[in-house]
Amino acid sequence: MIETILLAFFAAMALVSATLMLVLRHPMRVALALIATMLSLAAIYALLDVHVIAVFQVLIYVGAVMVFMVYAIMLIDVRDSSFTQRYSRLIVPGSVGFVLLLAILVHGFIGEFNELPTAAGAPFGVKTFSTVFLNEYWLHFELTSVLLVVAVVAALAILQVGRNRG
Amino acid sequence: MDKVQLLVALAAALFALGLLGVIVRRNALVMLMCMELMLNGVNLSLVSFMQQTGEASAAVLVFLIFVVAAAEIAIGIPIVLLLVRRKRVLDLDAYSDLKG
Repeated sequence: MIETILLAFFAAMALVSATLMLVLRHPMRVALALIATMLSLAAIYALLDVHVIAVFQVLIYVGAVMVFMVYAIMLIDVRDSSFTQRYSRLIVPGSVGFVLLLAILVHGFIGEFNELPTAAGAPFGVKTFSTVFLNEYWLHFELTSVLLVVAVVAALAILQVGRNRG
Repeated sequence: MDKVQLLVALAAALFALGLLGVIVRRNALVMLMCMELMLNGVNLSLVSFMQQTGEASAAVLVFLIFVVAAAEIAIGIPIVLLLVRRKRVLDLDAYSDLKG
């Protein structure tokens, strides 16, 4: 019972802070709203007993990605037309598309997953995860490291291009 | 309403909100953050489906999405820095002369 209440509370928190992301003006406040969304999602994952993913969510998303983002926002403090005028001229077609997409997604999902039973089993721990990850998906794991190296090299190359031109 | 249905509806709402943010906001950094919100919505849907089917491969996919998000930010922010260094503007409408 208390789990259901907590789940609904964190779901509402995630929805409210995601909506705030579209409304707030300053990029730093948008970043803080996104961090609130990610932390609510981590709480939802913990309530669903997938603690591995909850820990990853906090460590990788909030700890690495959003800290980098906050640094970038502090570095680029430009008050330009995007600060005084939040929305581009695509706001009306964008909102219509939003309503349509949401209606289609929710309608499809709710219809489809009505009858399926919830799988009962042992809680999904780090042992299960690492066994599956390093036995069956070891190639994907190696490819992940290649992807990260490529990303770092690409970031350095982009900054080098900027230094030569500017 | 079922628990999984609630979570899947929330995931769809987060994805749609992120897409709306990418379309309507003008600030380049805010658009990047809205892309992160879309990835979060996909992650939540994967975890809810994992709750229902008990497949461990969904968790592996979630982990790969984390890595893709980190790589996306690592490349996206230098590109934004490069754009800002050229014109001192974060508004992406100012860069419409990049159109081919």
